[in-house]
Amino acid sequence: SSGINAEWPLRPGLTEDSYNSFILLQDKLHQNIGRERSLVSIGTHDLDTIQGPFKYHALPPPEIKFQPLNQDTVMTAPQMFDIFRKNYLKPYLQIIESSPVYPLITDVNGTVLSLPPVINGNHSKISLSTRNIFIEVTAKDRKKAGIVLDTICGAFSEYCTTPHTIEAVEIVQADGSTFSSPKMGSRIEEYDSAELCLKSGIKTATPEQLADLLTKMCLRASVAGEKLKVEIGPTRHDILHQCDVEEDIAIAYGYNNIPQVLPDLYTIAVEQDVNKLSDSVREELARCGFTEVLTFSLCSRDDVSVNLRIPEAVGGAVQISNPKTFEFQVVRTTLLPGMLKTASCNRNMPLPLKLFEVSDIVVKDTLTETGTKNYRYVCALFAGKTSGFEVVHGLLDRVMLMLDVKDYHIQQTSDPMFFPGRGADIILGTKKIGHLGILHPEVLEKFDVTLPCSVLEFNLDPFV
Amino acid sequence: MSLDQVILNTLSEQKEIDSLIFASENGLDHQKLVGAIKSLLSLPKEYIKAEQKQISVWELTDEGKSFVANGSYEFVLYSAVTKDGILQKELMKMPNAKIGFSKAMTLGWLVIDKKHEDGPTVFRKVDDATDVVKTMLEDINTQKKVDEKKIQDLKKRKLITPVVTKFYLVTKGTSFNTQIERPEADLTADMLQDGSWKEKSFKEYNFKAKGAPITSGYLHPLLKVRTEYRRIFLDMGFSEMPTNKFVENGFWNFDALFQPQQHPARDAHDTFFISNPEMTDASKLPADYLEKVKSTHENGGYGSTGYNYDWKISEAQKNILRTHTTAVSARMLYKLAQQEEFRPVKMFSIDRVFRNETLDATHLAEFHQIEGLVADRNLTLGHLIGILYAFFKKLGIEKLKFKPAYNPYTEPSMEIFSYHPGLKKWVEIGNSGMFRPEMLLPMGIPKDVNVIAWGLSLERPTMIKYGINNIRELIGHKVNLNMVQENPICRLNKV
Repeated sequence: SSGINAEWPLRPGLTEDSYNSFILLQDKLHQNIGRERSLVSIGTHDLDTIQGPFKYHALPPPEIKFQPLNQDTVMTAPQMFDIFRKNYLKPYLQIIESSPVYPLITDVNGTVLSLPPVINGNHSKISLSTRNIFIEVTAKDRKKAGIVLDTICGAFSEYCTTPHTIEAVEIVQADGSTFSSPKMGSRIEEYDSAELCLKSGIKTATPEQLADLLTKMCLRASVAGEKLKVEIGPTRHDILHQCDVEEDIAIAYGYNNIPQVLPDLYTIAVEQDVNKLSDSVREELARCGFTEVLTFSLCSRDDVSVNLRIPEAVGGAVQISNPKTFEFQVVRTTLLPGMLKTASCNRNMPLPLKLFEVSDIVVKDTLTETGTKNYRYVCALFAGKTSGFEVVHGLLDRVMLMLDVKDYHIQQTSDPMFFPGRGADIILGTKKIGHLGILHPEVLEKFDVTLPCSVLEFNLDPFV
Repeated sequence: MSLDQVILNTLSEQKEIDSLIFASENGLDHQKLVGAIKSLLSLPKEYIKAEQKQISVWELTDEGKSFVANGSYEFVLYSAVTKDGILQKELMKMPNAKIGFSKAMTLGWLVIDKKHEDGPTVFRKVDDATDVVKTMLEDINTQKKVDEKKIQDLKKRKLITPVVTKFYLVTKGTSFNTQIERPEADLTADMLQDGSWKEKSFKEYNFKAKGAPITSGYLHPLLKVRTEYRRIFLDMGFSEMPTNKFVENGFWNFDALFQPQQHPARDAHDTFFISNPEMTDASKLPADYLEKVKSTHENGGYGSTGYNYDWKISEAQKNILRTHTTAVSARMLYKLAQQEEFRPVKMFSIDRVFRNETLDATHLAEFHQIEGLVADRNLTLGHLIGILYAFFKKLGIEKLKFKPAYNPYTEPSMEIFSYHPGLKKWVEIGNSGMFRPEMLLPMGIPKDVNVIAWGLSLERPTMIKYGINNIRELIGHKVNLNMVQENPICRLNKV
């Protein structure tokens, strides 16, 4: 038995609802498993308007002439592609456009059913009065094509006059061999009844109850001794492993019915030192009267180079391919752009403006697995009627005191980012770990900041 | 010397001050004197007593004032008549002639010759006239006494008008002193020092006004929430995973998680791909494990049918911005599996992830993901539900509901819902599941070990908690710093 009540009031034929659902299923299959039609493409046709046998072949575009779905006239493939370039079909053209021949499905009279994966012919289009449907699936992946066809047939054959009847099609391949389509195959898997409840945590079910639960989920199951025989039909291509069956048992049982129990595991938590230290430094900076900001990791190429008067710096930045906007061109190599943009957007705040951020930057690094590396940076900014250089310098001294570090000093730098004579590198031991200074007016102009700014930025990792 | 002081000094020498008289005698503005009297009355101690009185005083109207300046109408008219007389009709052309002529006639200053050969002519009747009215008005102006009857005449002519003036009779008060003691605003160190606080009086404090604004530093609201979530995990014994690695490769972000290479999520419209450096060097990926991953995707094994497609190493090598911190979880589980003996663990992470999706009011290209996982032998969904209840209880959420869900790398999978009393509906608060065997077994995780995991975003509960509708008001450079500075202490378990 099909498991469906024979007195179910189903009317043979498509209703508006089932028709819309039929279209929607094809759209979803196209998008997901069909990977936007690039792997699998579906064409459905009114069988009464066409005549088999059907041919799946390919022709040079100018030789393809038919009236495409929803167009008024017959046109060649190049002509219809010109129209499609301007509408929702544009993304699918590139799948075949570079080929010298386009795929075509025609019937015995030469009527074009479809030009996969782009468009069907108007001639065979399906309407609410359609009584017989022909489904063709073309693909680059045979297994996926099978899954798609099985899914459509499994979902819609219930609307047939005799529900769940499908007429098979014999396909003759290029080498002359034949096979029957769709497969609509089932497989029988055997699972240990005791094992099937291990993941769900259902302790109270008997093998018979498990079989019932699975059958409810359209996985027809029966008890065979200590095992469960489960029929996995053509609508269940998602069953890859026993765990997929176990999930269905849990769903049928009801997730909300599963009794909760705490894992009986005693562990002592360990934090990441860099995060623990970062949080402590953040608190210290807030205690010093600075306001925390949280800005974006992605920014434009110019933000980390030209706008800071260090054009060559873009070479060290990780670049995004095909960014949608210039705000997504690179991953930031310094926290300054976000800091300056925040200052620019908050002009109504009382002065002086004192901001800080402790966050990751990313740079290229040939020694790591991906060729990139994160560094934890500390950045502070002072903006006011005067530059506040001595304030950020004082902040540096304060933070070093809080990190219990004495072995540091600052020395003048001619880094073009800073106002001449007002920039310095921060040296820990003998290594430069950061810098501070008054920003050059050209930098301020690039970020649309109208007040003098002093900044401090250094790498926190050496202190972890 | 201030007027206050003048009044006090005067009272020390005389019994009473009449404010009107005093002002007049000393050339003071009476209104200012009254002001000083009122100021003294407002002091907390009774320096003076003041009895309010009023008198009526005659004041000149504007017309009256013009009489003082220019002479009365009748006098002006009289002065215009010369020895030879003046035609009446000429005379009547002068301003205010009607009244002036009538009065001049009544006073007997002028006479008309109606029979004159040129027409009716006016002659002086007296040689000299005195402008009595003007003199009377001048007297009134300088407060000299004027005959009562004459005053009524002037009033009738609307040259004067009565004005009520309030004045004060000021005498010494019970706390009279020529030294004014002003009340203090504040208690000072000096007052404590010399004990003078005992004698001083203090101003009323305005308890209805706000206090002085305190300058401070501030932590970011989202990171305050992050601190709380971190605490919750640490309190529950979860160790922190190292997530300071934004760039991942397809292998750890997708393949190791058994997410097939043809899955739509691996497309450029969902994932940020890196153009430089574009690929991970294949030799830097663990070779044996990589082979196992490839074979599991292609042909299954470990009890799985696999996906039956051609797995390409080039897809695994592609560098991307990680789409989830589950990539880190995969790395950690692999490391765990390489140890001699399996040790159960509880781990968490909270860090940034990147999605190349359509941006809108609640979605940005980068956000923070929270992830927790437990790896132990014989864990079940019951344990997952149990630990979720414990976790969310710390967020003040006591009742959860679970719905089936789908993730490529977990099976079973559950969506987690809680009832939001403010919104009056069940809202999704997270996603969870058990990692698939195809993910764990190739790593070398023992067969009886199950790994339960759950995740949620940091931004969403923060936005719900603080009533923020647009995510750009919470993170990024457009955030209003006032919001940061006024954001209260984060108490996650208080709704």
